[in-house]
Amino acid sequence: MKHIVKLLALLVAVSAFWIGLLETVIPRSYAWLLPVYFVVSLGCYGLLMVGVGLMHFPTCPQEAVLLQQDIAEAKEFLKQRGVDVDYD
Amino acid sequence: MEINKNKYSIIVPTYNERLNIALLVYLVFKHLRDVDFEVIVVDDGSPDGTQEVVKQLQQVYGEDRILLRARPRKLGLGTAYVHGLKHASGNFVVIMDADLSHHPKYLPSFIRKQLETGASIVTGTRYVKGGGVHGWNLMRKLTSRGANVLAQTLLWPGVSDLTGSFRLYRKSVLEDVISTCVSKGYVFQMEMIVRASRKRYHIEEVPITFVDRVYGSSKLGGSEIVEYLKGLAYLLVTT
Repeated sequence: MKHIVKLLALLVAVSAFWIGLLETVIPRSYAWLLPVYFVVSLGCYGLLMVGVGLMHFPTCPQEAVLLQQDIAEAKEFLKQRGVDVDYD
Repeated sequence: MEINKNKYSIIVPTYNERLNIALLVYLVFKHLRDVDFEVIVVDDGSPDGTQEVVKQLQQVYGEDRILLRARPRKLGLGTAYVHGLKHASGNFVVIMDADLSHHPKYLPSFIRKQLETGASIVTGTRYVKGGGVHGWNLMRKLTSRGANVLAQTLLWPGVSDLTGSFRLYRKSVLEDVISTCVSKGYVFQMEMIVRASRKRYHIEEVPITFVDRVYGSSKLGGSEIVEYLKGLAYLLVTT
């Protein structure tokens, strides 16, 4: 089953639930606005995830230093063996 | 400890990576002792002499360990992997970038993870603890994170790093997945891992660090966001 079908099925199920809610006790005005609340919440959640992820974005400055060491080591070795590493 | 009888074919597509390819090959040989492997360089007709350097490397390390399988001009990443695959004699295939943003020191951890779990695919992730990036400004981190959240929400891919291209595949699995992928560029990398996920292949992740390229020019341009969104929509509907 394609992923989009799964998502649409989920959407249909949620919509059915919402329509069901429309018919019941919850005051009409609130029920009608539920989809709006849902979309806005989803948007906020998304932004929150981006923000949190951004704060905790793993960085590795020490790796840059290690890489420079590796590069120096590699150039040394290869130069001795006739590989052209003077290009920059 | 059981001896690892697997052979690993490391496919490295190159375009104008004259210095990086030499450094990369040195580091691969440094970190993969006691492992049976070959490096397959798929060069797309680099005008900077990349192929000459590869030939020099063949003199140092042997033509059976370093294969140069060039193409006449830039023909795209996906087809570069397909081309490399045709010449791969290993039962496992590693794909990685030539610009040293993918450090060969992680190769043993990919191999170990695969041996421990029996996974069909081991993919490197920059976004978990133990992984990371360096050399990205705030804007780049923001777009990366935003893109990732969007893709996770829409696609439920089962991996944390969708656009990463440092991966180990069982050769038969790579052949199967690559035959169904049609995208270009890094959307191609996304398509590969999403399709593999949909086909229920066993996928494991290992943390990797990604240091933005030191030498040469990046192939990452400006219209990437539009391409990315189009790619996501495509994957949403077709996978």
